[in-house]
Amino acid sequence: MSKARDLFVSLGVLLAGRGRAKLPERERIVPEKPPRPGWEATAVVLFGLAALSALAFPFLYAFGRHLSHETQWLGLSLGLAFVLAGAGLVVAGRQLIVTEEIEEDYPPEEHPEEQELLAQAIEETGDSLVSRRLFVLSLAGAVGAIGVAAVTPLVSLGPVFGISKFFSTPWRRGRRLVDESGRPWKASDIEEEDFYTAFPEGADEEELGSPVVLVRLPQSSFDLPPELAHYPANGIVAYSKICTHAGCAISLYRAPLFQPDEPKPALVCPCHYSTFNPADGGSVQFGPAGRKLPMLPLEIDRRGYLRAAGNFDEAVGPSWWGVRNRKPSPA
Amino acid sequence: MRRLALIVLVALVAAAPADAGSAQVLYGKHLFGRYCVSCHGMNGSGVTTPKSIGAGPGREQAEQQAVAPSLQGVGALAADFYLRTGYMPLQRLGLQPRRSRVLFDDAQIRALTAYVASLGAGPKIPQPQPQRGNLSQGEHLFADHCAGCHQIVAEGGYVTGAVPPPLEDATATQIAEAVRIGPYVMPRFTKKAISNAQLNSLIAYVQYTKHPDDAGGWALGHIGPVPEGLVTWFIAIAALIFTCMLIGKRYRSE
Amino acid sequence: MIRKTLKVLDQRTGDAPLLRKIARYVFPDHWSFLLGEVALYCFVVLVLTGTYLALFYTDSTRQITYHGPYKPLDGQKVSEAYNSVLNLSTTVRVGLLMRQTHHWAADVFVAAIFLHLVRVFFTGAYRKPRELTYLIGLTVLFVSLLEGYLGYSLVDDLLSGMGLAIGYGVAISIPFIGGNLGELIWHGPFPGTDVFFSRMYIAHVFLIPGLIGMLLVAHLGLVAMKHHTQFKQGPRETERKIVGVPTFPGQAPRSVGLMFVTTGVLFLLGGLAQINPIWLWGPYHTYLSTNGAQPDWYLGWLIGALRLMPGFDVVIGNYTLVPNPFWGGALFPLVVLAFLVSWPYVERRFITHDYGYHNLLDRPRDAPLRTGIGVGVFIWVALIFVAGSVDRVNVFFDLSYTATIDVMRVAVWVVPIVCGAIAYRVCVELAQGDEAERRRKRAEHRAKAMTELESS
Repeated sequence: MSKARDLFVSLGVLLAGRGRAKLPERERIVPEKPPRPGWEATAVVLFGLAALSALAFPFLYAFGRHLSHETQWLGLSLGLAFVLAGAGLVVAGRQLIVTEEIEEDYPPEEHPEEQELLAQAIEETGDSLVSRRLFVLSLAGAVGAIGVAAVTPLVSLGPVFGISKFFSTPWRRGRRLVDESGRPWKASDIEEEDFYTAFPEGADEEELGSPVVLVRLPQSSFDLPPELAHYPANGIVAYSKICTHAGCAISLYRAPLFQPDEPKPALVCPCHYSTFNPADGGSVQFGPAGRKLPMLPLEIDRRGYLRAAGNFDEAVGPSWWGVRNRKPSPA
Repeated sequence: MRRLALIVLVALVAAAPADAGSAQVLYGKHLFGRYCVSCHGMNGSGVTTPKSIGAGPGREQAEQQAVAPSLQGVGALAADFYLRTGYMPLQRLGLQPRRSRVLFDDAQIRALTAYVASLGAGPKIPQPQPQRGNLSQGEHLFADHCAGCHQIVAEGGYVTGAVPPPLEDATATQIAEAVRIGPYVMPRFTKKAISNAQLNSLIAYVQYTKHPDDAGGWALGHIGPVPEGLVTWFIAIAALIFTCMLIGKRYRSE
Repeated sequence: MIRKTLKVLDQRTGDAPLLRKIARYVFPDHWSFLLGEVALYCFVVLVLTGTYLALFYTDSTRQITYHGPYKPLDGQKVSEAYNSVLNLSTTVRVGLLMRQTHHWAADVFVAAIFLHLVRVFFTGAYRKPRELTYLIGLTVLFVSLLEGYLGYSLVDDLLSGMGLAIGYGVAISIPFIGGNLGELIWHGPFPGTDVFFSRMYIAHVFLIPGLIGMLLVAHLGLVAMKHHTQFKQGPRETERKIVGVPTFPGQAPRSVGLMFVTTGVLFLLGGLAQINPIWLWGPYHTYLSTNGAQPDWYLGWLIGALRLMPGFDVVIGNYTLVPNPFWGGALFPLVVLAFLVSWPYVERRFITHDYGYHNLLDRPRDAPLRTGIGVGVFIWVALIFVAGSVDRVNVFFDLSYTATIDVMRVAVWVVPIVCGAIAYRVCVELAQGDEAERRRKRAEHRAKAMTELESS
């Protein structure tokens, strides 16, 4: 019983006592600093608040399951705990613990004796070699070659020389255009002043060569170069949905309600605002794209479904060294 | 004498259009004459070659070049949209119509709408039912058709030459109307492209975006890294620089 | 009790002399010397929170149907990676807090390194013998940009997916080898196969943090061995003598306090300020995009450069020598890096002809040409950075975006020169003012001494 009482008394003394360590008399290393009870109390209070805030964290975790703004309360408790503890330490650092300014030498710029000793040791080691240059060169050659061998497996991360894949798309003559859920598009589905996304039937929708954007324009608005004149089907045109600048999806369509004083129809990319004209084969009207939008030739089958009449007129997606070298495959 | 006046009155009433809203249409025509005819022409026939017009009610500049589409056949749907949002009357010609001051009170809007509807057969004011829509289907439709211009949570954006607005002030009816009209350079989505059921889902999603799930805290406008960068610098770095200046010394020269 | 611990430690490790050296190690005392520390503490928070996140993340791009608590995505196709992060953000109790703290820490980490670099540059701390320390620091900065990019791209949400597509566009735009490089990294043409996400994951959680960790150890080791530079604030500081606060007791509570405050600020942000709400963006598909997509702030300079470039590919015959994204996405950051890396050598070879050893720092006014050129380059990058988000500004203020871009295309070349020249002049004026002040003080001293002499 008295042991428990002793424990409580010790705890009380520990917490509330004004004990200071009695240091033996000797020359001080750290200069003396007069006590500042006010700041000391501030630091203690800050630490205490930090402790409470920190304890709130597991408490909230355990019992705050249905609290609204749970993340906010958790962050507040943990964050405040750190900030308050830090504030207490900063107070201690500035006000309670002495800040001395002492001097010291910078280390020497260099150590010429050690350099010399080291150089001498290396030179003397190589003394016994008859043809030192050959030895060193052959060693360097071996290590260098091993380095090349070590790097070689990285090539398997590739392909590195499979650029031909960049030209292949799932489109070929006769392939039907379908929507995201696989339903085939009919020409009569495509109305003016709207834009539609289509994919090759049965293909992977995520491939860059897959998605196309469909729009219908009045016949009078077309201004196609001769080689693309047969690409539209009844005024419906299809372009690759992947911007030729850096590969974002072109999901903006400017469809003027009233032509005389509104901007002309255009396909626009939201990333850097490359703007393409759907009436002339996809030429760049504004923005950093350096290449026109690839166009897909269309035809309408007997039952009214839209089908590709071939592959794109140019490779799809952002440009690389060989992008203008050939046409997409299969032809 | 009084009997004669009564007969004349009855004759006049009989001569006027027999439908119940005729007084409303007449009032609308009167308002149209005041605010709209200088751009949209007599009977809303439209003006396609620009003509110089002077200042007028609701118009800012002393002289403007008027050009405007025909309103014959646009229906009550269009009139209701443009008037209730304040898109029309256009303050300054040549600029994109934007949500702005609504010049008319409810009765005047009804009157103008009735008049425009009378100019030719056109769509009625829609009655969307977003509570019947499916939120996830709406999100998907919005991502497909709208996010490119309006941003994925409808905070608005930019397209070359126009500004797709944020949708936080749009009512369910206005959203339905805008989808069917395709104002300015917005595409026009007919029932074939987006059915009424799908439109309900789309509107449900747009309404969700007005108060989306912000479990992470202060939403910063839902537009992503730009405000996040501002917070990084002006809140976090500012606080940390302040702390560093508290801890360390300033330069002092002797 | 202190003595007992030290006795135990010293008997087993023999490092009491080392500990004493560390304890009395001298830190020159200026607040701007603490910026590097702030970055270090951000890194610690990144590693700890990042470890937590990695325990919940799935690096697979396999498409599954989402059926979690977030209703607007119910029933939609998402990747397993996206699903795991969505799950962490909505279902795991402190998941969102950890994720947001991690992301805020990344943003603040790069900002702190950048500020530290600014301090190092404008005070000439990179001069001999600290060139190696400087190069290591630059490496940490640029590697961190990549690390952050990979980190938020792992989530496979709409915004970061668009960012990856652009990264691919920039990679393949490198002349000659770009296409090959792109297919090597992505394991085929974009979007690549599922191993691409495995590669990003391993790079982000293991390879790059390991590299940064080792670089930081080397960086701090070099700083410690050569001792920190100092400002000459009085007669005591010289090239040979360092004046400052010892680690113990002076510096330790403040540094530890700074660590706590930094951690606290990051957790407060992590809980109170929403960052990267991926549930709002939805999953990435190559055929989807949203308006207003931006990279994290430290890549804003690149999107600005990409948007500013006029639209042309450099074509020779059928070969596309320089596809457009190369200029803004690859060449521009390379030029900035080359400037920073070569600056210590360029400065001493062509400007100061000072090949000497420096422990004392310059104030910016003491090196007007350095300050002028540094301000010019900084303004150049800053304007390009601003150009990357002017579309948002134009949405607010009804200015024409296309017109603003045209103006900025000229401004990014003209304004830096003007600002650099102004900075140069300001430095010269300030330095002259300081010199005049010194002469005045000396004259006053002399006058005072004279009067004292006369009166005695």
